[in-house]
Amino acid sequence: MITATLNEYVILSVVLFAIGFFGVLLRKNTLVLFMSLELMLIASTLALVAFSRFNHTLDGNVFVFFIFTVAAAEVAVGLAIIVALFRKRHTIRVDELDALKN
Amino acid sequence: MAPALFHLFALLTVASAVGVVATKNAVTAAMSFLLCLVGVAGLFVQLDAYLLAFLLLLVYAGAVVALFLFIIMLLDTQGQKNWGFKKFPIFVSLIALGLLLTGLGTFVTRGQLDAPNPNAAGGVGAALKPYAYQLFTTYLLPVQVMGFLLLIAMLGVIVLSKKIDGVEDVK
Repeated sequence: MITATLNEYVILSVVLFAIGFFGVLLRKNTLVLFMSLELMLIASTLALVAFSRFNHTLDGNVFVFFIFTVAAAEVAVGLAIIVALFRKRHTIRVDELDALKN
Repeated sequence: MAPALFHLFALLTVASAVGVVATKNAVTAAMSFLLCLVGVAGLFVQLDAYLLAFLLLLVYAGAVVALFLFIIMLLDTQGQKNWGFKKFPIFVSLIALGLLLTGLGTFVTRGQLDAPNPNAAGGVGAALKPYAYQLFTTYLLPVQVMGFLLLIAMLGVIVLSKKIDGVEDVK
């Protein structure tokens, strides 16, 4: 039994995505930035599951299944890159990682 | 009862998402992220996607957040000063806010999204069998590709975490 409308789910998903986007835009800490990126991914999966449920299909759900797999791989590689970066530069602040700027 | 549950989980999700972005402490951010995932898992349950809710908690809350906490502990950057926010990029933020408000405004003014009655039939995603059937028939090739992706990601992480001699720092 579903009582919330599709609109409510999509609006919630948009709000979550926006919060994640502003996190990427505003934060200095690379780790928190990466967490905000994951937040945007989760927001998109919420929209997919809602659309899938309201249209009686399974395709969105299966797609979310794949998104989880890709996200797990992405987190592993991303965190490895951050650790390698910290070992080389001894900082993970985005305002100090500007070697390509000039 | 059900709409109250939706609003409860929606509020939990949004509040903890704001917590991820707004807090200065990285550990608090990771914990807020965990709470946000619990909220989204609750919403998945309400959408009859029980398997996905379980996977979300297992993969994200179990593995990803633990990995984040582990890396935060490993790097230990808590003592540094001025660790908060970037200088506010007003122009970009205004564009983003404008797009967001336009999108939400379109939703609110143009009425409901077109969808059939969700309660006419039960959720297809509730049972486990349809997933297995789809994954091993329609989506067989993507499953294989995902396997290769995970293998390559594993190799990449091993290469990245090895120490490479003779590579100079850029600065």
